[in-house]
Amino acid sequence: MANADAAHNHEAHDHPTGWKRYAYSTNHKDIGMMYLVFAIFAGFVGGILSGLMRWELAEPGIQIFHGLAAMVYGVDAGSQAALDAGKHMYNVFTTAHGLIMIFFMVMPAMIGGFANWFVPIMIGAPDMAFPRMNNISFWLLPPAFLLLVISMFVEGQAGFLGLGGGWTIYPPLSAQGGTSTTFAILALHIAGASSILGAINFITTIFNMRAPGMTLHKMPLFPWSVLVTAFLLLLSLPVLAGAITMLLTDVNFGTTFFAPEGGGDPLLFQHLFWFFGHPEVYILILPGFGIVSHIVSTFSRKPIFGYLGMVYAMVAIGFVGFIVWAHHMYTTGISLDTQRYFVAATMVIAVPTGVKIFSWIATMWGGSITFRTPMLWALGFIFLFTVGGVTGVVLANAGVDRSLHDTYYVVAHFHYVLSLGAVFAIFAGWYFWYPKMFGYMYSSVIAKTHFWMTFIGVNLIFFPQHFLGLAGMPRRYIDYPDAFATWNMVSSIGYAITGLATLVFLWGVFEGFSRKRVAGDNPWGEGATTLEWTLPSPPPFHQFETLPRIK
Amino acid sequence: MTSLLKRFLIILSALGATFGLGALPALAQAGQPVDGQIHFQESVTPVMDSIVAFHDGLLLWIITIITLFVLALLIWVIVRYNAKANPTPSKTTHNTIVEFVWTVVPIIILIVIAIPSFGVLSDEMLVPDGERAYLGSSIFDRNGGEKVPAPELTVKATGAQWYWDYEYVDTEESVSFSSVMLTDEQIAEQKPDQPRLLAVDNELVVPVDTTVRMQVTAADVIHAFAVPSFGIKTDAVPGRLSETWFHARKTGMYYGQCSELCGKDHAFMPIAVRVVTKDEFAAWLAKLEETGGDAATASLELADL
Repeated sequence: MANADAAHNHEAHDHPTGWKRYAYSTNHKDIGMMYLVFAIFAGFVGGILSGLMRWELAEPGIQIFHGLAAMVYGVDAGSQAALDAGKHMYNVFTTAHGLIMIFFMVMPAMIGGFANWFVPIMIGAPDMAFPRMNNISFWLLPPAFLLLVISMFVEGQAGFLGLGGGWTIYPPLSAQGGTSTTFAILALHIAGASSILGAINFITTIFNMRAPGMTLHKMPLFPWSVLVTAFLLLLSLPVLAGAITMLLTDVNFGTTFFAPEGGGDPLLFQHLFWFFGHPEVYILILPGFGIVSHIVSTFSRKPIFGYLGMVYAMVAIGFVGFIVWAHHMYTTGISLDTQRYFVAATMVIAVPTGVKIFSWIATMWGGSITFRTPMLWALGFIFLFTVGGVTGVVLANAGVDRSLHDTYYVVAHFHYVLSLGAVFAIFAGWYFWYPKMFGYMYSSVIAKTHFWMTFIGVNLIFFPQHFLGLAGMPRRYIDYPDAFATWNMVSSIGYAITGLATLVFLWGVFEGFSRKRVAGDNPWGEGATTLEWTLPSPPPFHQFETLPRIK
Repeated sequence: MTSLLKRFLIILSALGATFGLGALPALAQAGQPVDGQIHFQESVTPVMDSIVAFHDGLLLWIITIITLFVLALLIWVIVRYNAKANPTPSKTTHNTIVEFVWTVVPIIILIVIAIPSFGVLSDEMLVPDGERAYLGSSIFDRNGGEKVPAPELTVKATGAQWYWDYEYVDTEESVSFSSVMLTDEQIAEQKPDQPRLLAVDNELVVPVDTTVRMQVTAADVIHAFAVPSFGIKTDAVPGRLSETWFHARKTGMYYGQCSELCGKDHAFMPIAVRVVTKDEFAAWLAKLEETGGDAATASLELADL
């Protein structure tokens, strides 16, 4: 019997090697690694798109897009055809940048990557509840990404290539997109299916596979944040799926859900889209809340302050996130009473968010803080998320949003909470778990250079955009009146610095792998109390053959 | 290189002016943005007065103070509780009073914000009937507000890919014309003093000191009719007729831009509103009716700006 067990155990450790190890993987850590690599790749694609847009916007006039269009369409760069195609191509870029960064960079990195890697370990589980579903969750993403890329190269509005409808794909403009809209919708459907499967997997895992003794109220905050996120995904994505299916039939089968000439209403799409879209932005940031909580606690050598408050703040943010959607629609002509309700509901979100910010500071208060790289990113996150949060309070007021809606003020706001919030949380998690995932230590000099360059760069990009928005510059513009030139130039210089910082990031990854500094089980010391730090670095292929007991 | 230097000086002056929060006579110019500007365009309507007072007078202070407060706390914990200054961490994880305070104080702040917020919002959405007092700059005190006369003129704006149609619907036979952006060459030829991307062939002409009701819709995709100096922005949705209003107190040219993505030339369908004296407007409208909507001829009745 003992022999049979040993043979069985040995077999369990046997797994395919080479490319099959990953392609066929049912192991949460290998799948998490594929998600992270995918997210980094997609991040570079989305980042290059925004780089070309910032290059275009560096000065008034049209700088590069007529040239880019000339290359793609094979027409003369000085011609009217190239200019028109270039203007459309700019809209295609804004659309693709938004969709790629949301669905193929932040979500795969946070939920597919870090959550896959660390939720099972943190709750003391050997793996996810449905390992094979985990595999298909990942493998749906590359075809979805491919479909989105294809959508940029098939016929869209007015015979030009690609869907130029914005990431919000409002009809009737998106309904003019024909084939490109169809491809983009299929991409979103498949990415959405991937996320729904992932959400089911996380909910099942967290509810059923916690180690003995780990009650929900003893569960670390990162699994909590993922649990809330998974519920948001499960409840919001089907609504998006419904909306884009209706759009799909409008485009291809002659229905008129959103076409007024057939009795439809374009605003119906906006309501459905934002019923998904607003929870979606919390999906992007909530896992970051979890990551930052662990980092702040670890490097302050103090337990989380107000753990229960932190948990229920996330639950409250998730819940309220579902009943504020029309604050994206104040200018659409919705009634005064409707706007009054959405102003009040939206402002409520500031309260649980404030609880989180102050609890992080209270966690550090009285602590013994070391400023290792993950802590720098976490501190940067807290400050920049605060800046993005307070401009959110401004925008919540429909009275002021009248002036700021669809201007660069909004662009600045959502990049402060996402590009500077979510992305800082991703980098914080990357450096926090890098030694655990790879077993090597990164160079802290390179990592800190990466942080400071990014911090300066992104603030230069996005802070002046508040000024542009106040002065009235609308978003999604390829060219702007000369009066907006100065701050646009500053913004583009900021992009150049951020772009260089991203190369420093890659260099840091490469350097870490080539030097092979052994990290050890727990490089962060006594402050790191969650279960992943009790395992070797990298953890064994299967962890917790004997389940840990939580006191 | 000189242009870079100029930009740098503009930024310096703008940053220096940040502490003036709002009052910037050197940069203020009605109706259009100015390079390096860091605040709203100049207000010429009661509604925009309210928005400016609400944002510059209340919201900007609150968010600046909150942000600086969080920054100060962060700096304090960094200085006071770093590993050198405080080698032994405390084990505190709860403090009911502190948690109560940081839940209740934000609620109080939000209520302070909400009071003027609902007032400003109502002013924007309710078309004047001649009786209702509007807040104007005194956002906390409706008694200190001003009465705005009921609308005397209704104009319907229809967004299309990629220009605006304006229809004067109160006249005996309604007259309409299109308003298309001028190219750089056309500006040099016809309206050399007007800014690139904002100048149009036929402006929307309205009388000063008059309440104008705007009806906004679209012919193809969604556009948005916006004029920053008036504090108005209303989506032009096909199949829907939305309403907004303004009461401009100063003659001049006021520019806005389409504010909802509408395709390839989204950035190239500006809104230009020319506010003229009541006499000029009467002459202009008479000519427009006479010519059956020839805005170019009618505009010859107007004084050069």
